[in-house]
Amino acid sequence: MKTLMTGNEAIARGVYEYGVSVAAAYPGTPSTEILENIVKYPEVYCQWSPNEKVAMEVGIGAAIAGARSIVTMKMVGVNVAADPLFTVAYTGIRAGLVLVSADDPGMHSSQNEQDNRLYAAFAKIPMLEPSNSQEAKDMVGLALEISETFDTPVMLRITTRIAHSLSLVELNDPMERVVKSYERNPRKYVMLPGNGRLRRLVVEERMHDLADYTETVAVNNMELLDQSIGVITSGISYQYVKEALPTASVLKLGLTNPLPLGLIKEFAAKVDKLYVVEELEPYMEKEVRLLGIKVIGKELFPPYGELSVRMVSEKISGQLGITVAPAFDAPIRPPVMCPGCPHRGIFYTLKQLKLVVSGDIGCYTLGAMAPLEAMDTTICMGASISAGLGMIKAHPEMAENVVAVIGDSTFLHSGITGLMDVVYNGGNLTTLILDNSITGMTGHQHNPASGKTLMGQAAPQVDFVALCKALGVKRITEVDPFDLETVKAIIKTEVAAPEPSVIIARRPCALIIKNTEKPLQVQDCTGCKMCLKLGCPALSFDEENKTIQVDQAICTGCGLCMNVCKFNALRKAGDA
Amino acid sequence: MSKIINVLLVGVGGQGTILASKILTHVALAQGHEVKMSEIHGMAQRGGSVVTQVRMGEDVYSPVIEPGEADFVVAFEQLEAYRWAHFLKKDGTLIVNTQRIVPLTVLIGAANYPESILVDLKDRVERFIELDGLKLASEAGNAKATNVVLMGVLSQYMEFPEESWQNALVARIPAKLLELNKKAFASGVAATK
Repeated sequence: MKTLMTGNEAIARGVYEYGVSVAAAYPGTPSTEILENIVKYPEVYCQWSPNEKVAMEVGIGAAIAGARSIVTMKMVGVNVAADPLFTVAYTGIRAGLVLVSADDPGMHSSQNEQDNRLYAAFAKIPMLEPSNSQEAKDMVGLALEISETFDTPVMLRITTRIAHSLSLVELNDPMERVVKSYERNPRKYVMLPGNGRLRRLVVEERMHDLADYTETVAVNNMELLDQSIGVITSGISYQYVKEALPTASVLKLGLTNPLPLGLIKEFAAKVDKLYVVEELEPYMEKEVRLLGIKVIGKELFPPYGELSVRMVSEKISGQLGITVAPAFDAPIRPPVMCPGCPHRGIFYTLKQLKLVVSGDIGCYTLGAMAPLEAMDTTICMGASISAGLGMIKAHPEMAENVVAVIGDSTFLHSGITGLMDVVYNGGNLTTLILDNSITGMTGHQHNPASGKTLMGQAAPQVDFVALCKALGVKRITEVDPFDLETVKAIIKTEVAAPEPSVIIARRPCALIIKNTEKPLQVQDCTGCKMCLKLGCPALSFDEENKTIQVDQAICTGCGLCMNVCKFNALRKAGDA
Repeated sequence: MSKIINVLLVGVGGQGTILASKILTHVALAQGHEVKMSEIHGMAQRGGSVVTQVRMGEDVYSPVIEPGEADFVVAFEQLEAYRWAHFLKKDGTLIVNTQRIVPLTVLIGAANYPESILVDLKDRVERFIELDGLKLASEAGNAKATNVVLMGVLSQYMEFPEESWQNALVARIPAKLLELNKKAFASGVAATK
């Protein structure tokens, strides 16, 4: 039976079919749906970890103990997980271990565009790149096989267009799920320098063996057609090449670390003009050049953004394609904080108080957008607190002017150590933890503070107050983010206090609560437009009648705008 | 190369473009087409502009539709029709739900919602269909069925048998909402007559 699946669904299906027993991840676009689909196969134990490093280590432990395991993350997550990854490449595993790196060329929802193929080369682990959903599923099986044959973790590298595109997949019955017995082997798994030096040699031998294997593996193959043009490609770029140049010869590479150098030489000798078509870094191109082979690559294609059929066709043929009518000038429609979002009032207040805001990653990063515009920096998960500390160490006089803002899931991911540093090194920083009881931006995944696991089990909840206290924070206040007056007063007091402080603004995400409030009504609006400064999509101004109007279909009745209106023009239904 | 049909479904997060694309792909698969579909999400839930791309035919490689290559653009909202109109082929068909969802940039006064959208589109696009899908869906029983109304309209311009569309509705829509959605689909069909 064939069915349409996204690459992410197909990987989850592969996990089910190829006997994986343990799966761990931290959510991150475009990787999130892999675990969200694995949970549909109850045979596989799966979990959200607090961050990617922890997920990686859970996978490593399970694989060393004897269970086929998979760990999934977005590309920047691999930065977080890189520490254990580089060393498990030395130890190897006992049962298959696959790391899925979901890269995001074009930065559809990411803060950078790093090409994680370089990680596979850097960590010296084999890497597979599927070009559609069927291959994504099949390569889970192949990755596990390579992992166990060569005693190494394997990277399965996908991109957004693989993760989020649907194509047909043949479904098979699952193989038997076997967990091997645990075998103690400290020489292999305790990476003291003496043991590590021995394993270091094993890594080189393994890459040597893999270099032979990659020459003959079925996923690396030549499609010889018209030999005047030859293209070396992999992943989604293969699809663009096939459509743009249906008659060209193609060397399609599925196992791209190590690259099949012999096969590349053979292919290069068969074609008149050789191209490498790959998104982002000239990863394959550089290897081809090292062989002394003349090749055309990044002089035609940019090292940033996504490729396309048209780009491949135009660059290689040298001819312009069809002319396209210009786009109309349409105002942008960026994502916004939802009506009823508990974050909105916080950013409204931060803007009012003109504070320097060291920001972080989550829905609340939207606080950087107009009209709130209350964020000065956003670098990576967890950076808000530590970067805020850096700011006040650079400018001690700024201490009364800087706050760090971080969500519950991000704080648990990598904010705790930053807060520890604030206390330890005496930074008078105020940290706001925006606790909406869920991991919001990626689509509502549970976390260690939300009370539930990925598999639906009830779980203990992290107590943020107790945690901050244990880190040594003495000033901790809790506040309802809808109570703007109190929010403002507390922030003013805490920022002025000459010691570290934490404000926990607590209210669940507007999308997860069952809302019983009625939409607000407008009466006797003076047209001052003060409420529009909240940037709520439910509020708009009727220029003709000079009055605010409330979109009855989307207003949640949260009442935040009532707090801002000085003329009592916005009211709860029935309070006329 | 065999003919590939490209359909672009555009709208605002929450308008049901994904369900519509599932109905469409169901129909295409039933005709024996190869189908590829691409969606970009992640931040879509937060009221941003959303696009789903469906490609069908023999030997479909890329899952992505490029400017000037869509046979059909089905816009669930006026401004989104405006934003994506240049994706249409010269002789492509543009179906526009005339509903307006005002983006935040306009709400806060940082931009204007263009008043000339429908006129401009009509000017440029020969095969242009506009309808108040929201009203038709409400009349059929639920404003949320606007997506299915639009599939009813689309069905009249694509060469797939009526029966396939009906089968797709049965396969893709929960039983208790099926009657309502069949009505919505029928009103979309009727709107083109």
